[in-house]
Amino acid sequence: MKYELVSGLETHVELATATKIFCSCTTAFGGAPNTHCCPVCTGQPGALPVLNKRVVEFAIRAGLALHCKINTVTHLDRKNYCYPDLPKAYQISQFDKPLCEHGYVELESGKKIGITRIHIEEDAGKLVHDRGFTFVDYNRGGVPLIEIVSEPDISSPEEAREYVEKLQLIMRYLAVSDCKMQEGSMRCDVNISLRPEGADYLGARTEIKNMNSMSFIEKAMEYEYSRQAEILSSGGKVEQATMRYDEHTGETYVMRTKEDAQDYRYFPEPDLPTIIIPEEEVQKAQASLPELPLEKLKRYRDMLQLSDHTARQLYKYKAVCDFFESCINSGASARNSANLITGAIYSRFATEEQKEKFSLPFDAAQFAELVKLLDSGKINPTLAQMTLSKMLTNGGKVSDYISTEDVKGVDEGELEKLCREAIAANPQAVADFKAGKEKAISALYGYIKRATQGKADIRAADAIIKRLL
Amino acid sequence: MTATLKQLSRLLRDKEISSVQLTRKYIEVIENRDPQINSYVTRCFDEALLAAERADKMIARGEAAPLTGIPFALKDNICTDGIETTCCSKILSGFKPYYDATAYKKLKDICAPLLGKTNMDEFAMGSTSETSCFGAPKNPRDLNRVTGGSSGGSAAAVAAGLAPFALGSDTGGSVRQPAAFCGVVGFKPTYGAVSRYGLIAYGSSLDQIGAIALSVEDAAIVFNAVKGEDERDMTSRKCPDIGELTGDIKGMKVGVVSEFFEGLSPEIKGAVERALKGLESCGATICEYSAPSLKSALPVYYIIACAEASSNLGRYDGIRYGFRAQNYSSVDDMIIKTRTQGFGKEVQKRIMLGTYVLSGGYLDAYYKKACLLRESIKEDFNELFERCDILVAPTAPNTAFPLGYTQNNAVEMYLSDMCTVPVNIAGLPAVSLPCGSDKSGLPIGVQIIGSPFNDSTTLNAAHALELCGVSKCKPEKGGVEL
Repeated sequence: MKYELVSGLETHVELATATKIFCSCTTAFGGAPNTHCCPVCTGQPGALPVLNKRVVEFAIRAGLALHCKINTVTHLDRKNYCYPDLPKAYQISQFDKPLCEHGYVELESGKKIGITRIHIEEDAGKLVHDRGFTFVDYNRGGVPLIEIVSEPDISSPEEAREYVEKLQLIMRYLAVSDCKMQEGSMRCDVNISLRPEGADYLGARTEIKNMNSMSFIEKAMEYEYSRQAEILSSGGKVEQATMRYDEHTGETYVMRTKEDAQDYRYFPEPDLPTIIIPEEEVQKAQASLPELPLEKLKRYRDMLQLSDHTARQLYKYKAVCDFFESCINSGASARNSANLITGAIYSRFATEEQKEKFSLPFDAAQFAELVKLLDSGKINPTLAQMTLSKMLTNGGKVSDYISTEDVKGVDEGELEKLCREAIAANPQAVADFKAGKEKAISALYGYIKRATQGKADIRAADAIIKRLL
Repeated sequence: MTATLKQLSRLLRDKEISSVQLTRKYIEVIENRDPQINSYVTRCFDEALLAAERADKMIARGEAAPLTGIPFALKDNICTDGIETTCCSKILSGFKPYYDATAYKKLKDICAPLLGKTNMDEFAMGSTSETSCFGAPKNPRDLNRVTGGSSGGSAAAVAAGLAPFALGSDTGGSVRQPAAFCGVVGFKPTYGAVSRYGLIAYGSSLDQIGAIALSVEDAAIVFNAVKGEDERDMTSRKCPDIGELTGDIKGMKVGVVSEFFEGLSPEIKGAVERALKGLESCGATICEYSAPSLKSALPVYYIIACAEASSNLGRYDGIRYGFRAQNYSSVDDMIIKTRTQGFGKEVQKRIMLGTYVLSGGYLDAYYKKACLLRESIKEDFNELFERCDILVAPTAPNTAFPLGYTQNNAVEMYLSDMCTVPVNIAGLPAVSLPCGSDKSGLPIGVQIIGSPFNDSTTLNAAHALELCGVSKCKPEKGGVEL
């Protein structure tokens, strides 16, 4: 029998607020163990949580961008469980009234993955096992999280990847999180069940916890699919369980089954009053949402006439988009800007992370100056590339590398003289051109470029040559 | 005679006595008298004398607040930076917080010297203070009797003249009931009026820091000093200052709710009725009401308080602070052994009860139902306060138990909270003050209950009872005399 995959994801996203969710400790990643801590986030007796308003704002933005309904009257709950990384023995989270509900993420195919809910909660600390001891670091304890729960609408590992990538990009566009999976600021629990193709019921599911890379998500799903398919096709039953994925073996292992499922004894957090969000605040947040990734991609393709490939190269990185747009807003052409960014500039960045950061030794205005020279034909692509390369290495302004002499290029009379020389020096190419071989003319361009060290405007030269011939 | 806080403040300002001298007097009587009473579990005399020196300078500079230089005692569940704070539980033995509770900080900032931390029921769970890991404090009025609880040490210290005032905490009557048992004034403010930051939680939605003193005016002075909205406690609220108490209650409507009077002994009933007559003689009118929802107050209280406690006390795992059991085989084993050895029986009982009422399958029948009933109790109080200004009730249906008595009479002990817990469930202000004594000479307390944030009206009515001579309190001999 053929089985279809049914999957839903629970995605934890660390919010990029400066301070923690219930105290004023920094959320900065790293730091010597237990230095980003206070009585509140280490659960000292008598300490009380104070809700960071920015966390609610960030979560509302995330919710609106995922087309959710915002619950304007909501509260926090205690989720009780005992583990050394959880200093209060309860996590302050949301249970029956999440901040956001009923949204979706649209995939490129047009398919919508439903979002059941988004709630706010605090992160736990970290256990470090070393030399037979277990150490606890509470720096991460109290860092704000949103948990984004999807509907079981995902039907393949590829869809899961695209869903996570889309979420990641949306969160980055909103600047609510950096979503660095490798640093744990975005992590996923993957729920998987199988059912006979076309069936309308859901099979027993397993949940793979704490996935911190896209490719592991795909691999784990593939593995879990075949594991469950094997059980089902041999007449067995999939046992509901919480699983762990081993990156080294590529296999999943059972951590606990339904029998030892935890009872979290949720109840409303008595230390925090009901959260009441004025309707205007939601409207303001809605109005202030930035252009979202898919809209941007469409605009780059349709309005700015960039190729699909180039548009994608740009829209994947929020910082690049900002740079690019600031550049075209100062009058530079989209096409030349985009080509230089995805060409010369990207060639300097080896990693995705560098592109995300997009830190350059010059600003968008300087880059726009260069592009505009190219746009107007005052410099040719070769000189533009050369100049950009120098700017990338040494920083500085366009005028540091291109003189007024360069910009003036080669005057009309001089250019015509060179064109005549080029024609005289390349009789074969001229003959070929006249015979209908359009491309043969490039030999003449080459002559002119060499003679002027790239300064001549080739488009102007082209017009002259064609007139002369 | 023992002076009131108002008088002490004047003596200090007029330099008739220095804060250092006053503090020394208290230290001396504590050393002499407290071995019999056991009201203090941690003494911090050196720090107190340093604070007194600072207070004298502050007074000399003319910067004194009403309580500057006046020593006091603090219940052992209120955090004090660098000073052991244990909730009288083995599990917090040796725990020294590195932060101050807001209410304490306010007194520290005006240089009120802290004499020490007072005895209490372990984690404030109890009505006799006998569950303390330091042994029970004794009632200064009769050393064979309990102080009441859970703020028994605070009430005993004030009643014995070992502190001019003390802070306690009141989750279900823990300030008012020991005040009644020890014959002093205990004031539980409106929920939220005093910050809970640094008060080690028992039942978070019920806990409130309160004052224990020798007069209603003194309780008001203490309340004014510690109250206020606190950015560290999101449940705290601004509360208007208590102005000069006049005791003028002409035209005030006093409600008597029959449910508070059911099954009372004639002695207690009689004492409360005398108090009602006193209020009438001051110009108040008495109206009788019934509020059937109050009958569910006790179970509602035990479900909500225990549910919250089971969660609040989860953090005592031996990992970060306090007691850690020896000889364990794993982290889980360490946590289990630490909690088994570190918590007393009453605390374990309440943790288990609280865990049970929150468990899957039982949540709706217990915790959620209790929350619904809580709302109906609140509504009933709201309606009552539309018809009258204050309510009068006994503080407890009994006077101080003999020591050890409740060990075999736990239900009787739980029942003794029936008049105080409704106030916490609804977050109301209430003050207990003496209104006579029973045939063995043990104090009886009467309770004045007000509507939320009408702490001032509540205290003023109580003060009227003092002015008309119904309520008097005097510390036992052997305390500080001036």
